[in-house]
Parts: sequence; structure tokens; C-alpha cells
Amino acid sequence: MLFLEMILVALQSVRANLFRAILTMLGIIIGVASVITMVAIGTGARAAVDEQIEALGASVLNIRTGNFMRMGVAQSGATLTIGDAEALARDAATVEAVVPEAAQQLQVKFGAENRNLRIVGVTPNFAAVNSYTLAAGSLFTLADDSAKRPVAVLGNSVPAQLKTTREAMLGGTIYIKGIAFRVIGVLEEKGASGFRNVDEQVWIPLATAQFRVFGSDTLDNISAKVSPAVPVERAMVDIERVLRREHNLLPGKDNDFSIGDPRQFFNVRETAANIFAILLASIASISLIVGGIGIMNIMLVTVTERTREIGIRKALGATRFNILLQFIVEAMVLCLLGGTVGILLGTGVAALLSRVLGWSIVVSPTAIGVAFGFSAAVGLFFGIWPARKAARLDPIEALRYE
Amino acid sequence: MTPSISQSDTVILTRGLERSFTMGDSVIRALSGVDLTIRRGEYVAIMGPSGSGKSTLMNIIGCLDQPDAGEYWLNGTLVSNLGDADLAAVRNREIGFVFQTFNLLNRADALHNVELPLIYSGVPRRERVARATETLLQVGLGDRMHHRPSELSGGQRQRVAVARALVTRPSLLLADEPTGALDSTTAREIMGLFAELHAQGNTLVVVTHDAGVAAEAHRTVRLRDGRIESDTQNAEKATA
Ligand SMILES: Nc1ncnc2c1ncn2[C@@H]1O[C@H](COP(=O)(O)OP(=O)(O)OP(=O)(O)O)[C@@H](O)[C@H]1O
Ligand SMILES: [Mg+2]
Repeated sequence: MLFLEMILVALQSVRANLFRAILTMLGIIIGVASVITMVAIGTGARAAVDEQIEALGASVLNIRTGNFMRMGVAQSGATLTIGDAEALARDAATVEAVVPEAAQQLQVKFGAENRNLRIVGVTPNFAAVNSYTLAAGSLFTLADDSAKRPVAVLGNSVPAQLKTTREAMLGGTIYIKGIAFRVIGVLEEKGASGFRNVDEQVWIPLATAQFRVFGSDTLDNISAKVSPAVPVERAMVDIERVLRREHNLLPGKDNDFSIGDPRQFFNVRETAANIFAILLASIASISLIVGGIGIMNIMLVTVTERTREIGIRKALGATRFNILLQFIVEAMVLCLLGGTVGILLGTGVAALLSRVLGWSIVVSPTAIGVAFGFSAAVGLFFGIWPARKAARLDPIEALRYE
Repeated sequence: MTPSISQSDTVILTRGLERSFTMGDSVIRALSGVDLTIRRGEYVAIMGPSGSGKSTLMNIIGCLDQPDAGEYWLNGTLVSNLGDADLAAVRNREIGFVFQTFNLLNRADALHNVELPLIYSGVPRRERVARATETLLQVGLGDRMHHRPSELSGGQRQRVAVARALVTRPSLLLADEPTGALDSTTAREIMGLFAELHAQGNTLVVVTHDAGVAAEAHRTVRLRDGRIESDTQNAEKATA
């Protein structure tokens, strides 16, 4: 009840000096608005990136043989084998599906045209794992694979590369290393991802590739699709564990394979968002400090202006603590009012930015809570000193003050 | 903890009160040894020339100020060495102080001004409003409860101040030149109010320059240079 009186007195005092109060709150308003906008943009950007990764099937990790450079010399690591792929499918719990791949750049002949294309031998689940969809025809099957049948699925731009049409090629025959392959399907356009254009590839059953075309049973890479709701980092650790075991690597030895995280292509955008967030965070903290100093200044003025009132209240039975609390409450009311306006403003700016940038921007309740907390803390921190000054006034001198 | 004095009808007891102020190099002795006893139900006027220490004495009696030396017992409690919170409680419960310049809160209406001491003693809102209203009626301001001080005349303001001093039912009502800022008609009204309050059994100490005002009291204490010069009963009133 005494506390209620304090809040009422504080609101009265704000109303009595409305313009001054607004000017004082400006720092807090800008600070809090920046915090809200910053957090909204940060979360929004991250959500957008996650969404894109999801859409592009980027939760697929790419495991390659460790052909890495050391001291300027190319080191040839151990090769990846079908055994590795099987071990991953069996033992890596965080991995949902595994696609072993063997690839070579080879001449593809169709009619009179020929072209150097990337021929990829894969298991039939490759399309599902990489979220490739068929534009026409069908995919090859496990039976095709085990029978080493010469069938091929083309990337979307392969017919154009061979100066013909999808219709002309479907059901037709292409020659790879002199072997006749029947074209059974063409994929939808996927667009370049990373450094490789999958639209210019030709997929054939893995067994066919290894034993009839390439003449080698090694793999070039393994694609591993991370199980839903599993963090990519965890899957990477899991894969590393299984492969090190398969390759009999002793602790302390380097990996002879590498796990590529496709998210790296999205990092640029996230970095940009982070820089923006850091910028706003600095504006926010500077504004909050400057705003806090403004609050302190105005509270000192208020205490001086209301010296007589303080004397009266003390004469009527207010303790030092009562007076201290009253002025702290007043500083906090100023800050919380500023904070509320700042939250509204920040939400508005975030909504505007979301329109302009086309990002989905999320104003989280946590951010609002944090902003409120911050305003209250600023009020408390910068309000204590003026309030102490008020509390320590001598009643007689305060009553005499003109 | 605090020693008490058996004479239960003694409200104020001071022994050797001293208070001096330092102004630059010079020390002003405002009070130099004041011994004063005031009993319950007394109506005492304090007179004396300007600068004789009347206000200084009243401030100490009202627990707004502390003596440099000497003892002050209020209702049997030694208050000259109480801490801030205890002093605030004494000011709140035991003392009603009326100032020459009213000292009302300008932003609050009459009712809220009178409620103020009750807010600090933690009286619930409902009871607070009831008591403040009742007290304002008592001082004849039933129709001015929601007026702010700036919308009231000097006499009305002083009535609000008196109501505020009375609302906690204090054991001691102090007034430092309560009519000093009022014209003579209004001053008489306020003094009439004091006479009424005294008749109801309140203990009153009033500082005044006005012999007419002092004549209302039952006892007159005269100060000079920080000492009690004379202490006389007003025979006519005392027997009345
Ligand atoms: N805060 C102070 N600082 C310095 N000197 C003071 C202070 N308060 C009072 N005095 C001095 O103490 C002496 C007594 O002052 P006090 O106010 O008690 O006089 P008074 O009897 O109330 O006078 P008046 O009738 O004019 O109100 C005066 O000389 C005054 O100048
Ligand atoms: Mg005086």
C-alpha cells in the first residue's frame, strides 16, 4: 500500500513533467528498441538459414577420402569402401540413410554428340536422400544394382548438354566407355550447390559403375543423411567415431577421411546477420548507459526540486528507507515506461525490416522479458545515488528549502 | 531498553537541552540549557523575541532535530538517542506538527494530504480514507476534500495542516506560529479550533508572537537567548 503510493507519486511526477520525462526516457527507448530489433533479426536470420538448409536437404553430410595436403605434398588417405558405408548405416545411430558414391569424369556419347560428364555410381536411395525429384521416367532399383544393369538417370541439363531434348533421350541409349546404357529417368532441376552442378551429372547403379565401368571397388564419397532433430554436430561426431573404428585409427592419429558440412555455404549470411546484431548490441548498450545517466541526472534534479516534499514526508513519519525506495521506484518507473515504449518501437522496426528484407523476424517473449529486466536494472543502478541523496536529507533543512 | 519515567501524565520532559549552529567561524547557541515539563492536557504558549530559540526548541520537541546535549523524554521514552526509523515512528504516531507555512503537498488534494501520515503508519486504504474524511469534517473542511492547496485559502490550508496533524491521534500537537501567515480573522478561527482541540483533551504547544493568541493558552513559557526566561500559568484560563 505504501508501495502503491510510491508508484502513484512516481506516475504523478512523470505526468507533471511529461515532456522532460519523455526526453529523459529517450536513451532507454532507443536502447531497448535496439535490443528488441537485434534479437528479432538474429533469431529471424537463424530461422531463415535453418529453413533453407532444410529445403535444400543440407542435413546431408558428405564424407570424402582424406586426400589432404600436408607440407605441400598430397597425401593419399585410405579409401572409403562399401564396408564403411555399411558400418555407418548399421552403427551410426544419428544417421538415417547412407549413400555410397563412386564417381568419375567420363565421355558420354548420345547419337553423334559426346560430352565429358561426371558419372556417379550410387545406390537407388540417392534421390530420396538428396531430395532429388524425378522430372520424367523412373529411378533404378536395388535389383538393377545387384544385377549390375546398364541403366542411367540424367541430371536435368544433360539433354541440353548433348544438344537434344529430354523426350528424345528418355528410353534411348547413351554410351559410356563403350557400354550401352538405357536412359530410364531425368531429374528435376536442382541448381548448383556448392562447387558442383548436380544438373550436369549422370547417375548409374553403384555395382554397375564399380564393376563394369570404373573397374575399381573403392568409393569417392559417402553421403549421410542426418536423422531428424539430431544436431549436425552430433552426427559428425558419431560418423567420425564409426569410421575411425572401421579404419583402425589409433587415438592421436589424424582422420584419413573428411566430413564436409554443407552448412558452411550458408554461414556468410549468418555472419552478416551477426555483424548487424553486434552493431545493434553496441548501440543498445551505449544508449542504455547514456539513457541511465540521463535518468540519474533528471532524478538528481527531481530530488532538488522536491526537497521540501521530502522534508514534509519525513516530518510526517517517512523513514530514510521510505524516501530511498520512493525515488528508486520513480527512477524505475521512468525506465520501465521507456522500456515499454522501446519494446513497441523495436517490434515496429523489426516488422518493418522483415518487410524490407523479406526475412521472417521473430520477436520473442524472452527478448521482451530481457528488455524489461534491463530497463529495471538501469533504473535501479542509476536511481540509487539520487535516491540516497534524497533519503539522507535533514528534515529541518529540507523543510526550510525554498 | 529505554528507561521510562513513572509520572505517566508527563508528556514532555527536557533536561539541559543544548543546541548550537556553526555558521562559518561563529557558533550560535540557539538553546543553552532548557528544562521544561509539560503534562497531558496542557495548552502551552511559547513566546520570546525573534531568534530566542523557539523554533529550535519546537523542532527538537517534534523530533525533527536532535539536541547537542541534554535529554528529551517523550511519554517516558528517551528520544534524544533514537535511530532514524524509531524517530520516524515517533514523528508519525506521537506528534502532530503544524507549520507556519502549512507545508502541504501541492500536487495532492486535501484528503490525500491528510491521509499521508496514515500511509506511513500502514493504515489500510479504506480506514485511512474514513479517518482522513472524518478529521477534515472535524476542522470544517467537509466540502473542500478534493481541492488542492492552491485552490484553498490560507486559513483553509492551515485547517488541512491541522487535520493532517490530528489524523493519527497524536499525544502531542505542536504548532510553530500557526497563525503567522494568516490575517487576524482567519487567525482567530484557527485559534478557536485549537481551543476546541484542547477542550477535547489534546496536549498543545503553540509558538506565537501574538499576545492575544498566547492569552488563549493556559501557560506561557518565555524564551530569551536560548533559555527559559519565565514560565507562568494563565490564572484566568487555568481555572476556567
Ligand atoms: N539551521 C541553522 N543554521 C544556523 N543558525 C540557525 C539555524 N537555525 C537556527 N539558527 C539560529 O539559531 C537561533 C535561534 O533560531 P530560532 O529559529 O530557533 O529562533 P526563533 O525563536 O524561532 O525566531 P523567530 O521568532 O524569528 O522564528 C537564531 O539565531 C538563528 O539564526
Ligand atoms: Mg521561529
